[in-house]
Amino acid sequence: MHMADALLNPAVAGTMYVATASAAAYSIRKVKMESDPKKIPVMGVMGAFVFATQMLNFTIPGTGSSGHLCGGMMLSALLGPEAGFLTMIGVLLVQCLMFADGGLLALGANIWNMAFFGCFIGSLLIWKPIMKNGASKTKIAVATILGCVLTLQMGAFSVVLETLASGITELPFNIFVATMQPIHLAIGAVEGLITSAVLIFIYEARPEMLWGVGRNVNVSSTKMRDENSDVSSSKAAEKNGRLSFKKTLAVLAVVAAVAAGVISLYASSHPDGLEWSMEQVAGTSELEATGEAYEVADNIQSTTSILPDYAFKNSDSALGTTTSGLVGGLVVVVVCVGVSMIFKFFRNGKKEV
Amino acid sequence: MSNIDNSLKEIGKLNDLQQRNQWLNNIHPLVKLLLTVIYILLVVSVDKYNLGQMLVLAIYPFMVFNIGDLRLKEAIYRMRLILPLVMMVGMFNPIFDSSIEAGIISMVTLMLKGIYTVMVAYALIATTSIEAICYALRQIYIPQILVVVILLIYRYIFIMGQEADRIMTAYKLRAPAQKGINYKAWGSLIGQWLIRSMDRAESVYESMQLRGFRGEYAYASKAKIRLADILYLIIWIGVFAVLRFTDIVDVIGGLFI
Repeated sequence: MHMADALLNPAVAGTMYVATASAAAYSIRKVKMESDPKKIPVMGVMGAFVFATQMLNFTIPGTGSSGHLCGGMMLSALLGPEAGFLTMIGVLLVQCLMFADGGLLALGANIWNMAFFGCFIGSLLIWKPIMKNGASKTKIAVATILGCVLTLQMGAFSVVLETLASGITELPFNIFVATMQPIHLAIGAVEGLITSAVLIFIYEARPEMLWGVGRNVNVSSTKMRDENSDVSSSKAAEKNGRLSFKKTLAVLAVVAAVAAGVISLYASSHPDGLEWSMEQVAGTSELEATGEAYEVADNIQSTTSILPDYAFKNSDSALGTTTSGLVGGLVVVVVCVGVSMIFKFFRNGKKEV
Repeated sequence: MSNIDNSLKEIGKLNDLQQRNQWLNNIHPLVKLLLTVIYILLVVSVDKYNLGQMLVLAIYPFMVFNIGDLRLKEAIYRMRLILPLVMMVGMFNPIFDSSIEAGIISMVTLMLKGIYTVMVAYALIATTSIEAICYALRQIYIPQILVVVILLIYRYIFIMGQEADRIMTAYKLRAPAQKGINYKAWGSLIGQWLIRSMDRAESVYESMQLRGFRGEYAYASKAKIRLADILYLIIWIGVFAVLRFTDIVDVIGGLFI
């Protein structure tokens, strides 16, 4: 899901940087307000942990492929959304620098697509409401899988929007969406399963490590008693939990397959729907990219980009690349290579001396 | 196992490159960071049909690779993660664009954009340590917390990566003929490692406290901006401006036609 710089234009990349920066500023203020000095080292080590777990392969039963862990969801379940978000920024920056996974300019968009949705939407809208009255294995599994699937869908969708808004691709919106969403549905389900397995283990071993869980539980004594009775029947629950994990796995696989099928069917049987509606609106079904978003973004682009429509300035051809331009480009490249070779020659000479 | 090993080797290789005493390595990190960002902005703002300009913009990555004595092979190897999505997006341009020629040109331009941006990002990280980049980030007022977290993540990647390698080796020895971690072990294997890491974070915190950490990262040496740094910055910005805002390419091309 990491986007390359090439997929964005400066206006979209800048917009995403501004959005990300404001979320980061909010998170920094929140983390500072907590004033827990231990948090920073924990964030650092957990960031490296997420990084390292990305290198592990998890076998997906029934298929030959392997999956990874969902970093955003796990970090925010352990550190809270704000600290999780900041840690994800660090992880994504290091990934981009050390492994060229995602570009420098696209970093803003990548943080938004992966960290913002994963940490804030996933933890505040899904994890926290589900865990409000205390956690259980089932709740953790549901919250994590739901969170991973939904946030990955949102992320994939915004990759599509950002690319189209940048005017990079001629790929029609419906085809692009129909390829991105089902792939990420499957990835999300797998990541959710792996992450929930880890979080369930943490819940059993050290429940206090989980963020945002059961704040109401220790308030009233009746609820305390409820909790005790929960403990007494925990052995039965454990069996259920084990079973349900296997069951969830199977159910999810079926759901994912069905959903992927339905989405791709829908996309392939209704490509005309979009064109039809465009014909109604624009009078033609052959717009370059579809939708208002593109046009709005195009306007933004042409007003803000460094030199809008530079290529069309002195040529009527839609291509904008004149023959002399191409020849000139090649000449400059040749000269450039020559200069570098001379530079290398002199440097090597120096070394020998 | 080999996967982890490769990642660790890649980090190690970059580390070696960063520590070399090259001319480009000694340029101020802020200058290199700024030039990289400006160049990337320049590249992505080129119109999708303007192939001539894209060709000329190869100057910067080419020169930087030469000045910095970097290998093209390494940069190409690094493109494997990011180019597939770019290709997927560009592949259909010849079909959906106004004409096939236009589509091919826009596809090639897009590929070049992808290649150039990965190249210059590699040139930055191969000549500048993460510490130096973080120092530059502090100079442009990126908040302390974020920079310290980035530095800590980087510090621990190698250690955690090695741990991942050991875990995988141990697991493979005990569970042969398996491609990855069996789903039954997902929770316990990673969960235990996570708890261990949390405990480690605690001791990291304590030792940082004992060494006087008060939320501010102390840099061993504060690089000063030299005359060479400023000249390097100005020359390149000048070149960029000429390439981007004039028809120099057309003019040179005109001489040959």
